[in-house]
Amino acid sequence: MPPRPGSPLPAALLALLITWAPARAEPVAPAERRSGFEEMGPGIQAMQRDDDVNPGMLAVADGAELWTAAPPSGRPSCAGCHGEAASAMRGVAARYPAWDARTARPVDLQDRVNACRRVHQGAEPLAYESPDLLALTAFVATQSRGVPIAPPDDARLDAARAQGRALFAGRQGQLGLSCAICHDDHWGRRLGSAVIPQGHPTGYPLYRLEWQGLGSLQRRLRNCLTGMRAEPFGFGAPEYVALELYLATRAAPLPLETPAVRP
Amino acid sequence: MARTLINLPKTAKPGDVIAIKTLISHPMETGFRPGADGRILPRNIVTEFVCRFEDAEIFRAELFPASAANPYLTFTWVATRSGRFSFTWRGDAGFEQTESAAITVA
Repeated sequence: MPPRPGSPLPAALLALLITWAPARAEPVAPAERRSGFEEMGPGIQAMQRDDDVNPGMLAVADGAELWTAAPPSGRPSCAGCHGEAASAMRGVAARYPAWDARTARPVDLQDRVNACRRVHQGAEPLAYESPDLLALTAFVATQSRGVPIAPPDDARLDAARAQGRALFAGRQGQLGLSCAICHDDHWGRRLGSAVIPQGHPTGYPLYRLEWQGLGSLQRRLRNCLTGMRAEPFGFGAPEYVALELYLATRAAPLPLETPAVRP
Repeated sequence: MARTLINLPKTAKPGDVIAIKTLISHPMETGFRPGADGRILPRNIVTEFVCRFEDAEIFRAELFPASAANPYLTFTWVATRSGRFSFTWRGDAGFEQTESAAITVA
């Protein structure tokens, strides 16, 4: 029987509202953290594991070439300063985003690559999601495969990290969702046919079958934001770096698996 | 030039069945999708793949618009003698690329 106008809400509905309304938003405990790799079917897992099949390796091979290619300015290539990527870049991606003293703000790996281009190579920065930037970041991050994510213990990052946490926990968009509602409270359950992962950035830039290509963590975050019917920030916005910082803290110490493959 | 990844063993014994894996970077644009301006993007796919060992064709595949980007093709071959493989991808807009790899059978 529908309640008469003005009558109190049925007790059951009221109880539901009380228990549901405040999202728990408890971060996943370190021991319970698991990569989205675990939620995938065996076919896609095999695709990621085998470097001869993983289409992300095409970009990594491109990145290896870019690493040694001298910029038109005649300044040194990436390898000219950093040397062998396998040793020099080992573990680097696991520590990003990091504080950039020159610009006095946190930067992610893409920003770092572009800053290096501008300052040391006299080259134009690469556009976000451009094949070259994805290739270079994929190549650098691949050197850290298996290295546990270890966000820098740097007090200067605290403000951005807190901002990232607030962005993650706060409701936004027309659906009134937050990142935390799905990825903290309901991971492992289903959204439509897809299993909701914990949302750890362990394999970026990664190859998504849906994209039919490689994409950065910022692209993924934009996807999530539009899915929540929220206005996505522009590429390179400080909000993304703040979110990336919080996500890295939230994912540690899971190992990096770039270039990951995801459905 | 499209990036390719080709993997096969460098050596084999006569009679061994070896797996050959090939991956090529290609958008495989179907010809059915509208672009950002609303116009249909022209079809751009790999239509044919041929693998030859020395002069003999050992594997051929035709591809169609429903194939995923960066097509991965794998097949097997019975090792007979040493020689070179050639791999050729052909496609729309005059796309053609050939790569090669050697094997020692002993």
